[in-house]
Order: sequence, then C-alpha cells, then structure tokens
Amino acid sequence: MIRIEIDGNAVEVAEGSTVLEAARKLGIDIPTLCHHAGLTPYGACRLCVVEVEQRGRKRIESSCTRPVEPDMVVRTDTDDLREYRRTTAELLVAQCPDSKPIRELAERLGVQNVRFEGRGMECILCGLCTRACQQKIGTPAISFIHRGVDRKVATPFEIQSDVCIGCGACARVCPTGCIAIEDMGNKRVLRVFNTELELQACSECGAYFAPQRMIDRLKTETEVTEGLLTRCPACRRQAIGAVLRQAMR
Amino acid sequence: MSRLAGVTDLDARRKQALEAHEAAATVIAVCDGPGCNAAGSAKVAAALRRAVADAGLEGSVQIKTTGCHGFCQCAPVVVAYGDGLFFRGATPDQAPAIVEAAVNGQPIPESVLYRHPATNEPIALERDIPFYAHQERRLLKHASHIDPLQVADYLAVDGYAALARALTEMTPEAVLEEVKQSALRGRGGAGFPTGMKWELCRRAEGDQKYVICNADEGDPGAFMDRALLEGNPHSVIEGMAIGGYAIGASRGIMYIRAEYPLAVRNAALAIEVAREMGLLGEDILGTGFSFDLDIVTGAGAFVCGEETALIASIEGFAGEPRPRPPFPAQRGLFGKPTNINNVETWANIPLIIRHGAAWFSEIGYERSRGTKIFSLVGEVQNTGLVEVPVGMTLNEIVFEVGGGPKPGRTIKAVQTGGPSGGCIPASLFDVRVDYESLAQVGSIMGSGGLIVMDDRTCIVDVARYYLRFLKSESCGKCTPCREGVPRMLEVLDRIASGEGSDADIDLLGQLGRTVKGASLCGLGQTAANPVLSSIRHFRHEFDAHIHEKRCPAAVCTALITFHIDAEKCTGCTACARACPQQCITGERKQPHVIDPERCIKCGACLDACRFDAVVKE
Repeated sequence: MIRIEIDGNAVEVAEGSTVLEAARKLGIDIPTLCHHAGLTPYGACRLCVVEVEQRGRKRIESSCTRPVEPDMVVRTDTDDLREYRRTTAELLVAQCPDSKPIRELAERLGVQNVRFEGRGMECILCGLCTRACQQKIGTPAISFIHRGVDRKVATPFEIQSDVCIGCGACARVCPTGCIAIEDMGNKRVLRVFNTELELQACSECGAYFAPQRMIDRLKTETEVTEGLLTRCPACRRQAIGAVLRQAMR
Repeated sequence: MSRLAGVTDLDARRKQALEAHEAAATVIAVCDGPGCNAAGSAKVAAALRRAVADAGLEGSVQIKTTGCHGFCQCAPVVVAYGDGLFFRGATPDQAPAIVEAAVNGQPIPESVLYRHPATNEPIALERDIPFYAHQERRLLKHASHIDPLQVADYLAVDGYAALARALTEMTPEAVLEEVKQSALRGRGGAGFPTGMKWELCRRAEGDQKYVICNADEGDPGAFMDRALLEGNPHSVIEGMAIGGYAIGASRGIMYIRAEYPLAVRNAALAIEVAREMGLLGEDILGTGFSFDLDIVTGAGAFVCGEETALIASIEGFAGEPRPRPPFPAQRGLFGKPTNINNVETWANIPLIIRHGAAWFSEIGYERSRGTKIFSLVGEVQNTGLVEVPVGMTLNEIVFEVGGGPKPGRTIKAVQTGGPSGGCIPASLFDVRVDYESLAQVGSIMGSGGLIVMDDRTCIVDVARYYLRFLKSESCGKCTPCREGVPRMLEVLDRIASGEGSDADIDLLGQLGRTVKGASLCGLGQTAANPVLSSIRHFRHEFDAHIHEKRCPAAVCTALITFHIDAEKCTGCTACARACPQQCITGERKQPHVIDPERCIKCGACLDACRFDAVVKE
C-alpha cells in the first residue's frame, strides 16, 4: 500500500493505482472525459489535471495516468487548475458546440460563454472508442487518422471496414453519443465509419438480430452451442427455457 | 576495411592515416554541406581537381570535400590547410587561381577574397575572420578536416581514441562518473544533466537496454544536428558506443528525420565502416563489449522529437506522446529501459572521455558548461553555424560573431529555442545564453536555433508564423494543444488584420496559460512561449496593431498601403508592368498612381521601382 496526501487528506491505495483512483477513494470529484476504468489510461482530454508535488517540485499531470508514489502531495482544486479545466472545457464546447454532455460539463466547470466560433464536430477525440475496439474487442477496426485539428476517428482509408464486427462497443463508451448504430432491414449501418454489416436472421423466427461477423466471431471464441448463437435473444430464451423444463421434469 | 583486433590495431591504423595526411603537401578543403552544395560546391570541387591535374600537382595537392564548415553566408567555402587561406563564394572558373594561391602563395583573387563587412578590410586567413575568431570550436574544430566518408580522417584527429580508452582503461561506472563530473547537459534544449539521465537508465532493471540518438531536429532555422551528422558521423557513433558501455546497452538507434537524406546516408555509411572495422558489433576492439547501431528514419513530424513520441514512432506506431512517468529510462523502447540524447550531446561524449571532465567544464557559465552550437540565421551579417562557450552573451553572439545588423537596419530581437522558445528584445541582449538565464527572460535555450530579427520584422507576424507551424505539427492527442493553439492563432490573425482588441491580449494570455500548463507533452507545454514572450517584451507592437491599426514594421498586409511618391516617380512604367493586378496607371514619363481598391499589396511594384518612389507604410 502507498500513502499519499490529496487536498490535505491522507489516503492509502495499492501500488500501481492512479492518483485519480486515490482521489475517488476519498470522494474527491475530478472531471474526466477520456477515462474509463476498463480501458488503459490515455491522458488526452486534460480535464483531470492535478498538481503533483514531489521533493519540492510541482508539476501539472493528468491524474488518470499518474501512478501514485510514496510521499506525493496532490492538489486537485487550485486556481490554476480551475482555469485550465475551464479553458479546456470552453475549447471542447467550441469544438463540439452541439454536444449536450459537453455543454453540461463545461457549465459545471464554470464556462459561461464560449468566445470561439464552433468547429461543428461531434467527436471530442477522447479515444475511448478506439481503445474499446482494440483492447476489449481485439479488432482494430478504427483508429485516429491525420493530426492536429484534422484528427479524427475512422476506419483505414475511411472505407467499409474489413474487420468491424458491428458489436457497438465504440458507441457504448462514447461520451458524446456521436457514433450512431442503425439496424435497417438486414443491414447494420455505422454511418460515421462508412461501414455496413449483414445481420443474421434468427433461425427460429427469422428476425434480424445481430451482425453475421459478430456471430462468426463468437462461434470461434466461445463454447456456446451454435444452435443458440443463431437464435435471436427472444428465441434463445425460449430454447433455453425448453431445455431447462425438460431437465427439471 | 579489415577488422581491428584491439587497440594496437587502432593505433596502427591511426598512424597510417596521419602519415597519409602528412604526405600531401597541400590540402584544399571544399565545404560540401547543403548550403555550399546548393551554391555549387560540387562543381567547384571538380574544377579544383581539374586545375590540380592541369598543373601536374596530383602528387602534392589533395582536394577534399567535407561537411559544413559553418560560414554559410560565404558559400561555397573553400579553405587551404596550413595557414588556412579562406576563399569565399568560390566558382569553378576561379579554381586555377585558388590552387595557385594555395600552393604558391599567390594573392587571393578579389572575387573570392573575404572582406570585413564593416571596414571592407581584406582578410586572408580563416582564423582572422571575426565570425570564426570569436568562436570556441570544439565539436566543429575539425569541420574542414574531415571527409565524412573517410574514416581515416576521423582517426587522424584522434577519432575512436575515447572509445578505446573507455573500453580498456575505464569501468562503465568510471565513464558514467566522468560524464557526471563534466556537468554536460542535454543539448536538445531541456538541459537535463546527461550523467544523471544515464545513471537512471543504468540503474533501471532490464535484460535489454537501448540508447537512442535523437536526430529529429525540427525547429525552423536550426541545422546544428544535421551538420554534425553529415560532417562527422563517426563522432556521434563513438559517443553512442561509449554511452552504451556506460549504461549497459548493447543496442543503439539513430532516429534521423527523413528530410535529412545526406545525414541518413553519411551516418549509414559510417555505421557500416565502423562495423567492418569492429568498432561496432560483437567484441569491440577485443574487449568483450558488444554494441551495434541501426538507423530509423522519421516520418516527418516535429512532435517525434519528443522522447515518448519518438519511441512510439520507432516501434511502428503513430508518433504521439504519452504521459510520463514511466520515463523512457524506466520503460522506453519496446518496454525496455532507454536513454535518449540529442546528436550534439552524443558528439560531446568522446571529447569528455578523451580530454577529461575538467577540460570540458573549464568553460561555460554557472550550471551550464562546455560549448553549444547555434545556427545563427535571419537578419544578421554572418549567418551560419557558430560554436561558442555556453553563457556567452547574446550581444557577443549577434554582434561579434554575427557581425551585427545588415546595412542600414537595426536589430530588434532574437528568437531562441524556435517554436518552443521566445523572442528576446535587443534591450536584453546582455543576457547570457545558458539554460537558466534564458528561462529568466521568458525563453529557452532550445536546441540551438538563433533567429535574428530587425526593424523590418513584425513581432505579431513572427508569433503567427510559429503558431501556424505548431498548429500543423500538433499531433492532436490532447485538447489544450490541438484546440488551443489554433484558437490562439485565430486571435493573432484578428490582431494582424487590425480587428483586435485589448480583450484579445487577455484571451491570448488565458489560452497561453492553459496550453502551457495543461498540455500533455513538451510540444504543447512550450507552444505558447513565442506568443507569451512577444506580448511580454513587445506589447507596444501589439498595441500599435490594436489601437492605431498600424503595423510598425510594415509587414501585416491588412494594415499597410502602397502608394507612389509623385515627386520621385519618373514615369518609367516599371511598376505598372510588374503589377499582377494591373492596378497601376499613368502616362509614360508622368507620375503613376496605385489604385488602393485593387492593390493586393504583393510588393512587386516596390521591388520593380529603381527610384524609391513606391512607398509602403
């Protein structure tokens, strides 16, 4: 265990923990956007910056990436930090003016008016979707392309993905909700990634329920009986129910 | 090139190289750095070889092509060994006369004779030229003696003697101690003590360690590292091998930007030769120490000079930085402990081991010791590479080495540290150029770019230039740099177009503080420096743009007008013919008039007028 001080309070956390985790243990609220407990820390949105003092030296660091070290003194709410967060949030609103979650966050951080013309983006480039896709699904279907203000998330060459399984993990973790997934007939459409996937028809009722590629993937990676994988959730429940009733009889 | 089995072989080879040099009675060195090459040095060298052959002097006169000598202003530069006769702006047709002067002591032909820019007094010898006389050349001492493709030239100036000494007479700890004692600090710009950096990596646990040479020099106007790698690649290789020995690394990588093809070629050829000679590879000089080097070329991103982005780039990922810790010394290339130093830092190592820490640190100022190479460019008489003791004042560098302003101009500022640094006004030129003193005036030492600006340079325009550069070089990973830098540029554009307000200065300050304080990596954390320092030192120029709608240096196009002085205009029509807008009218031999509505302020009329009748204000 490592003992550190945050805003005057001592806290003990396991070695390898981050300052953000330690602060949350103390109930201190540090805003984050690009952080997700299930994904590797990224340190890009810079909203979670804190002041770390060690051996008399003060540095501004992102708390989500900073591992705790003994005798660390952390401040999470100085005037400077408030200004950094407020200005960063204002820049994010200017980047994505129509994003409600971003506007609400900015308001909470003290942004009263935005002094810049909007860039009209919907994505804040937090990288949660790319990390979820790579680290959790294991299919690097999307990544960042270009740099600076031209940076965006896309499939290679911005064309139909060869590897996307249409699982929707990207949409699930997106803090601004800018990745829309639409099922239309026998197609799943991820418009932002120029990708369309065939949906599997349920072997029982014929309803389209999940992307073909995702089912194929589950067939190779799980031990679920194939008969169950090709059924839609409702028919699957019925089938399992029937098996269970049989067994209890 | 046969393999050297041990130090005895190395010494024998060195003796051979020295004897071969002594055999040539006269050596004429032609600088073939990119500046001189662009000015035709290859043709000059060929003409000199022909002239030598025509005069039947092949046995006694040798023509050598070398890396950059530094005095780019005088390109192509030719120097004859011995006294060091200096020929400026050499041309192929002057080749026979240059050979005559070098061999028979004939006077230097006027067209290639150097004259003092202020006094017009002729100066024949390289060492008497003020540009050279005020320098302290250690790393560049042999710039005109080494053909980068001839390892014998490096051996002849004690090359690889330091590696031999380190491997046979010193323990790795002793080498490390020597570097620590020297007080050498990172020449890439941040000035972290090199010995301490090495020690962190040496102490880190790991079966494999790496040393990396950061040759991703990207500051606009800076070319020190390029010149070192192009001109004396073996000195960098030797430094890295010594570093590998001290740190416990068996592999090294030179990360060279792809825009430096000559540096890549010369370094690659030098590595190959060093490997053939057994100065790289297994069991170097029979000592049991093994170390090998590879080159990785960068893909053209300024941010790859940042250590963690550089590592990502070598690993094959996009060149984007990650937060530290872990530091590269703990977890670097492929997750292994890694030590990264800049080209110039590595090149200093052989000198420190050969001459000792005391020799190295005898010059310098307070905590900054040794010499530093700067590329002195911009509005100054003598442009080129200069090597001076760290801690020399800006005044000395700009006025003594640099020769001061161009005729009729006044110097107003110097930008140090490129896009990460700041501009320093002439009133503060007493500042010493060392890590701490420059930080006090709001700039940084940086990797060594010194851009001199005179009264025709607009500070607002320069700040815009750097922000445009940083906007296009930001990787876009973190919010403050990606979003903040372009917003700062928008505000500056507004000021430059005469639509700024006092609130804009406050806004720049606020954005600048956040970009500086909250960005992820060094690029972002320093990106606001050029703007913040120019507001600090040149507020009056910002105010002139904002309140008077005037650009004092007459640069910002929205705030200037062109008109023709009727008194001076002779009606020669030169301006009207040059105008791409055809907006200048007037009868032949009558004063002409510019239509301000249609004028695009390109300045073509100003350049075309021979009577100073076109006025820009």
